Amino acid sequence: MSFPARLRSLGCTLLVALTALCAVALNSGRVQAQDISAPLAQLTQDNYGATEAALGALAVSGSPAAAGIVAALADGKLVYSTGTPRQLFIQAEGALLDPVTLQPVTDPPAVKPVRVNNRVRRAVEAASGTLSLVSPDPAKRLDAAVAVARSRDAAALPALDLALSKESDAKVKSAMTLARASIVIGQAGTSDADRIAAIATVGAEGNQDALAILRSVPADASPAVKDAAATAISGIERNLAMWAVAQNVWYGLSLGSVLLLAAIGLAITFGVMGVINMAHGEMVMLGAYTTFVVQELIRTYNPGLFDLSLIIAVPLAFLFTGLIGVIIERTVIRFLYGRALETLLATWGISLILQQAIRTLFGPTNREVGAPSWMSGSFELGHMSITYGRLWIIVFAMLVFVALLATLRLTRIGLEMRAVTQNRRMAASMGIRTNWVDAMTFGLGSGIAGIAGVALSQIDNVSPNLGQSYIIDSFLVVVFGGVGNLWGTLVGAMSLGVANKLLEPYAGAVLGKIALLVIVILFIQKRPRGLFALKGRSIEA
Amino acid sequence: MLNMFTHARRMAGRALVGAAALTLAGGVAAQAQETIKVGVLHSLSGTMAISETTLKDTVLFMVQEQNAAGGVLGKKLEAVVVDPASNWPLFAEKARELIAKEKVAVVFGCWTSVSRKSVLPVFKELNSILFYPVQYEGEESERNVFYTGAAPNQQAIPAVDYLMANEGVQRWVLAGTDYVYPRTTNKILEAYLKSKGVKAEDIMINYTPFGHSDWQTIVADIKKFGSAGKKTAVVSTINGDANVPFYKELGNQGIKATDIPVVAFSVGEEELAGIDTKPLVGHLAAWNYFQSVDVPENAEFIKKWQAFTKNDKRVTNDPMEATVIGFNMWVDAVEKAGTTDPDKVIDALIGVSVPNLSGGYSTMMPNHHITKPVLIGEIKDDGQFDIVEQTPGLIVAEEWSPYLEGSKDLIADWRKPLACGNFNVKTGKCGGAGN
Repeated sequence: MSFPARLRSLGCTLLVALTALCAVALNSGRVQAQDISAPLAQLTQDNYGATEAALGALAVSGSPAAAGIVAALADGKLVYSTGTPRQLFIQAEGALLDPVTLQPVTDPPAVKPVRVNNRVRRAVEAASGTLSLVSPDPAKRLDAAVAVARSRDAAALPALDLALSKESDAKVKSAMTLARASIVIGQAGTSDADRIAAIATVGAEGNQDALAILRSVPADASPAVKDAAATAISGIERNLAMWAVAQNVWYGLSLGSVLLLAAIGLAITFGVMGVINMAHGEMVMLGAYTTFVVQELIRTYNPGLFDLSLIIAVPLAFLFTGLIGVIIERTVIRFLYGRALETLLATWGISLILQQAIRTLFGPTNREVGAPSWMSGSFELGHMSITYGRLWIIVFAMLVFVALLATLRLTRIGLEMRAVTQNRRMAASMGIRTNWVDAMTFGLGSGIAGIAGVALSQIDNVSPNLGQSYIIDSFLVVVFGGVGNLWGTLVGAMSLGVANKLLEPYAGAVLGKIALLVIVILFIQKRPRGLFALKGRSIEA
Repeated sequence: MLNMFTHARRMAGRALVGAAALTLAGGVAAQAQETIKVGVLHSLSGTMAISETTLKDTVLFMVQEQNAAGGVLGKKLEAVVVDPASNWPLFAEKARELIAKEKVAVVFGCWTSVSRKSVLPVFKELNSILFYPVQYEGEESERNVFYTGAAPNQQAIPAVDYLMANEGVQRWVLAGTDYVYPRTTNKILEAYLKSKGVKAEDIMINYTPFGHSDWQTIVADIKKFGSAGKKTAVVSTINGDANVPFYKELGNQGIKATDIPVVAFSVGEEELAGIDTKPLVGHLAAWNYFQSVDVPENAEFIKKWQAFTKNDKRVTNDPMEATVIGFNMWVDAVEKAGTTDPDKVIDALIGVSVPNLSGGYSTMMPNHHITKPVLIGEIKDDGQFDIVEQTPGLIVAEEWSPYLEGSKDLIADWRKPLACGNFNVKTGKCGGAGN
């Protein structure tokens, strides 16, 4: 009888597991290690099926070496010699270790790593979960319980029961109870009472995972069990549907903040100055490429600063794109004030030139802009998952908005900008250098677009086409919000974002976008000056 | 900054010198002997430049290699490169320019199906040859076009089979960009899955616009769809550019390949070069070639390619291999026919067999498609693929899908006397639906 075949008999597994666990937990030092030569030989076959079987065997073998081997496999450090007979080693820095004794081997042979695929990865998760259920570290036990709950591996049940009987930490205990319930629900031969208790445990979780487990109740379960599951499922679904609305609003705010970032620079160049600036998107793109260059320099010279790369990139992107903006204004746009069509064509041409310049310099392919660690991952708020990246972008968009508002309201240059846009000749006669103010205003708008590029590099492709995908949305937001009004841009961006995300689940992404466009067009027909129309004499100028 | 700019400038300089050398070589050769012109019709600017520029380089590389080996029919080859700028009508204009004005013997080009459809009438009218190197939706077979990319049964269906057999997938999300390739492929896949007993409620189909960048809702939907207690997978026909934000969102929302694997048909080594691949480890792609194919032919090719591009990090990908196969097939057919006359070369191409880069041979079949092995790869953390499955033999393309109502009775066979791209076996007439 081969080892895996022996494993398939549940009684034996139980026995092996119990001895194993006692061995590890109570007197791991004295008891002799179990013979794991059979699974080790299986691992050298480098066949996914064999690897999976070997992992199952290792998980319940009780060998003190098992955890190390499983971890090495997960890290791609488990290697085998290609000669005959094949031998298994753990790769360490500069040496090959024997997997059981962990002693370096003399005269290391040529080796290849044992390959893993998704099936093996799942088996690794389950095995390392089972193995660390009795770890002395509560955090590890918690992770293990979660891993077992995910894998729902029936073979882990005996180990789980044993661990549960010893567990003192309340949090770990509840996680283990949940893991046990998850396994028991789907297992054949569980009594009805056990199942219903398990359903109650799982149902109390109330999340998507719980739904998945509850739906896996076998078809041959008794009606009482099915009823309990159905009640629990409908309760969770009702609850989740409410959370889904909140989640969609959150997505909408997040999309709105992206729109706001993309449009806010245009709110200056188009909204305040009246320049139909088709090169606005390219300013965003230049900002994103600035981020890329900053990150490359940091990677080369000081990798420790990587987490700060975006913060460093923000002022640089502002200065760089602002400078480009001033150059464009001084060399092209200032000759075209008051001639809308020419400005449109000229800035369109500039946008093509900038795109192709970047394509020549950096190549047509996407560039990788990494996410700093504080922008990666997500957390759960109730049953809503919030990703850190999106959260920071919303915060950032608000900061940019407030800073811009403050600049226009509270600084001298802001005052001059408003003066020039409201009445150019009067401002000039008060001694304001209107030419200079024009250049600064355009530079400010372009610089803000560059800052937006830093944020957008986190969620979109950094490619020469980056700007094109935002230019239409940006104009939409500014026109919808009301030309010349920053608050209008804010409200416009947020309402378009939320409306889009509320429509999307029903209409789909394509139709949702079309519907929104139609709504905005109809709205503009009704209110040509947008949500917040500027009142007074300034608009006549 | 300085470093990079000088590097870029050097590259630009080299490109210039290269181009000058090419024209010069062309000029000198023209005086000494006649050359055979080869047209390259790939976008070098606009949205598609991201994918197509590499294929232009590939053809230039193949031309250089062929000339070093003595050219074709004793003549040197000369590449004529035009830029259709991702503009579909411009493709037709540029194709006309290549064939009528430049008198090229063959054209290698197009990426999107719409660009292929746009140049088709030109190739028919002027009777020239187009090699099309990208996987596409099928439902076409034209006398003047040779398709060296995969038809749906050479990519999509084996990928689905792999997921069913190896991952036990029972629930399917078919996610794609909203245009003809994903729509047709998903139609075929839906019919195929249903024929395998998958229920309608276990299939979710989702389309997004080109360049879609806000994937929050859709990824959340996928997560929800995947929590029905059955193993779920995503089959992605999402077009190149939109993939980066899609995968980023998957990573952010914590969907790992061990939970819901994504198998993609448009994501290769080139696309992954722009993404941090650590969160993507284990997600899959189905192609007919991967850079990581471990055979001597491929190692040799990669070495030469990286020497040609003077960049030892330059990756190779599936459409490149298809371009290489198409180029070699054309060279063989011209040698066989002893002329570049399109009619003779078109006839000579059928049955030509050349080595592919995965250690076997690919043959041009009478339906103008080629035989290919299908490889399934899992993304590794270095942006390459770990090949987890390879079909034992070569697969013949089904240009007319047997799973679609309009096309299941159609076959294509360009050998005489049939010489038809859409022969209806039921009615016995040439000219079925879909054309």
